Amino acid sequence: MTRSSFMTRKELIGFLILAAVIFLLLPAMLDSFRLNLFGKYLTYAFVAVGLALCWGAGGILSLGQGVFFGLGGYCMAMFLKLEASTPENTAIQSTPGIPDFMDWNQLTELPVWWQPFYSLPLALLAVLAVPVVFAFIIGFAMFTRRVGGVYFAIITQAFAAILTILIIGQQGYTGGVNGITDLRTLLGWDIRTDEAKTTLYFVNGVLLFAVLLIAQYVRKSKLGRLLIAMRDQEDRVRFSGYNVANFKIFIFCLGAAFAGIGGAMFTLQVGFMSPTLVGIVPSIEMVIFCAVGGRLSILGAVYGALLVNWAKTSFSEAFPELWLLGLGGLFIAVVMFFPNGLAGVWSEQIEPRLTKLSKRSDTATPKRAAERAPAE
Amino acid sequence: MFADYSWPELGAIFAMQGFAGLILFSVFVLMALGLAIIFGQMGVINMAHGEFMILGAYVTYLLSNLFADYVPALFSMYFFVAMFLAFIASGALGLFVEWALIRHLYKRPLDTLLATWGLSLILQQVYRSVFGAREVGVSIPDWMMGSLPLTDLIEIPINGIFVMVLAVSISLGVYIMMFRSNWGKQVRAINQNRVMAGAVGINTEWTDRLTFGIGCGVAGVAGSAFTMIGSTGPTAGQLYIVDTFLVVVFGGAASLLGTIASAFSISQAQSIMEFFLSGSMAKVLTLLVVVGILMIRPQGLFAMKLRK
Repeated sequence: MTRSSFMTRKELIGFLILAAVIFLLLPAMLDSFRLNLFGKYLTYAFVAVGLALCWGAGGILSLGQGVFFGLGGYCMAMFLKLEASTPENTAIQSTPGIPDFMDWNQLTELPVWWQPFYSLPLALLAVLAVPVVFAFIIGFAMFTRRVGGVYFAIITQAFAAILTILIIGQQGYTGGVNGITDLRTLLGWDIRTDEAKTTLYFVNGVLLFAVLLIAQYVRKSKLGRLLIAMRDQEDRVRFSGYNVANFKIFIFCLGAAFAGIGGAMFTLQVGFMSPTLVGIVPSIEMVIFCAVGGRLSILGAVYGALLVNWAKTSFSEAFPELWLLGLGGLFIAVVMFFPNGLAGVWSEQIEPRLTKLSKRSDTATPKRAAERAPAE
Repeated sequence: MFADYSWPELGAIFAMQGFAGLILFSVFVLMALGLAIIFGQMGVINMAHGEFMILGAYVTYLLSNLFADYVPALFSMYFFVAMFLAFIASGALGLFVEWALIRHLYKRPLDTLLATWGLSLILQQVYRSVFGAREVGVSIPDWMMGSLPLTDLIEIPINGIFVMVLAVSISLGVYIMMFRSNWGKQVRAINQNRVMAGAVGINTEWTDRLTFGIGCGVAGVAGSAFTMIGSTGPTAGQLYIVDTFLVVVFGGAASLLGTIASAFSISQAQSIMEFFLSGSMAKVLTLLVVVGILMIRPQGLFAMKLRK
């Protein structure tokens, strides 16, 4: 059956549990403010899923995913900013009708490359296309010259640094270090109300599942198996007649597209976009989301993004000094002791015990479902 | 962009910016030398390199206060003691980190990268808890203040010259260690063929640990030298990490000469452009050119044949 080759029964259960957590459990348990926070965490999950494919399956560690997240987010923010900067709203400026930060920086006219962002379809296209084109250029240049491993990581990290400096330096065009703020409506629909935020949370969840299904498809396809083969024995795949570079470019671009969607959803739900989400530090934190969840598991990546961000928010509220120690310790612990992250802990430790348990007594089945959600 | 200036002025601008570039060059060389040892010879990515430098800077800061309080007579000389202690402190921490962390991860370079990033976060927080979040500066001895007037238009700060002299002497020191000492011979042997090096009786484990320690120690000396030209904060190390890695990679990872050449070209390009463009655009352009060249020539300026 085609269905079973796409998803085993176990994986299907995993997907369903995640769907229950995202669409039922979290909305039922949290108030609108907290739900919006979790929506923000879920936007990072897009990046983490992309990393699970690039890094976990393909062995390509990018320390510049924040670049793609930021590019997607900025494309969305530019559209929303233009919609918010109507001549009526900005009547007090010396040049009405352009975004406020341009006016503060003595710009009198909208730059040409901002013009396409008056149109929503073009902006949505840009959310996907800009990160992908950028990733293609980097990937093409690097992978066809067989640059990989740590060199690739360092170069992508340099791109994260370059884009941040550029955004902060070109204040008049990008909003500088504050980013693009004060976003109000999407085609007249106010995105700042509680109802809008809840709606956006569900849109975000649906998009995340679309991304997860694409990722699952890629993993189960021939491409997915080739990726793993390339990660483990790149030369053998090359000698078998495959063009290794093309597969790598494709998966890198796919990861960038995922990150771009995540960035756009971030802008919509949080209401601003700034260079603090683009730079070296956020980019490498996105890697830890993926690593905590389990670098091989796309579902684990989602749980990793949720857990680490949730821990970050609650810890830095309670003990701000301890959070960095905790995060640093997490990096070391995951690498040293749990290289397969939570998904590894689940499949190596918890699952075998549960199977043993369920064999012993039939009544264990409902208990198993209850234990699974917190365990992951 | 040149039209507004007369020829002598242009000459002075290039000379001054060139000199500023030379100071930046010294800074880059100091930063990159330790990394060139660790990354170039061992292939280990140490993202906490900046924090090892900051440790050296804080040691210098503590010592300058100690000398000022207890032995003010020797204050003008404290810096040399501080440099030595910075080397010991950072080197010792490096030895410990190699033993506790790095040696388990030699086979997984990408994981080393993440683990050392975690280490850098922990060190930053420790510095913040111990020394406070604010940047600290050391008091510079009198003989290092002021500047030498060269012509009417050109002036050279003395602490800049001092940092340059330091960079040259430390580079020479590293060169001698690498190519004239027994340790250097062993490191190069292991780099070429680890199994054979072990077979002829080199203690590869201990050499690795020592190499990592020495690299970190050199970083500590670099941090100590930085206190002469700037202040030190808990997160200052992170600012340098991308520059430092690019310098090393651009030079060709295993080549010390390449590291120095790339530090020179990057720093000169950046500081001369800085005069005509804004600082951030100069930085963006420099980094873009470096990354662009690396995309065309991934092995860097001075490539060495390496066994994978």
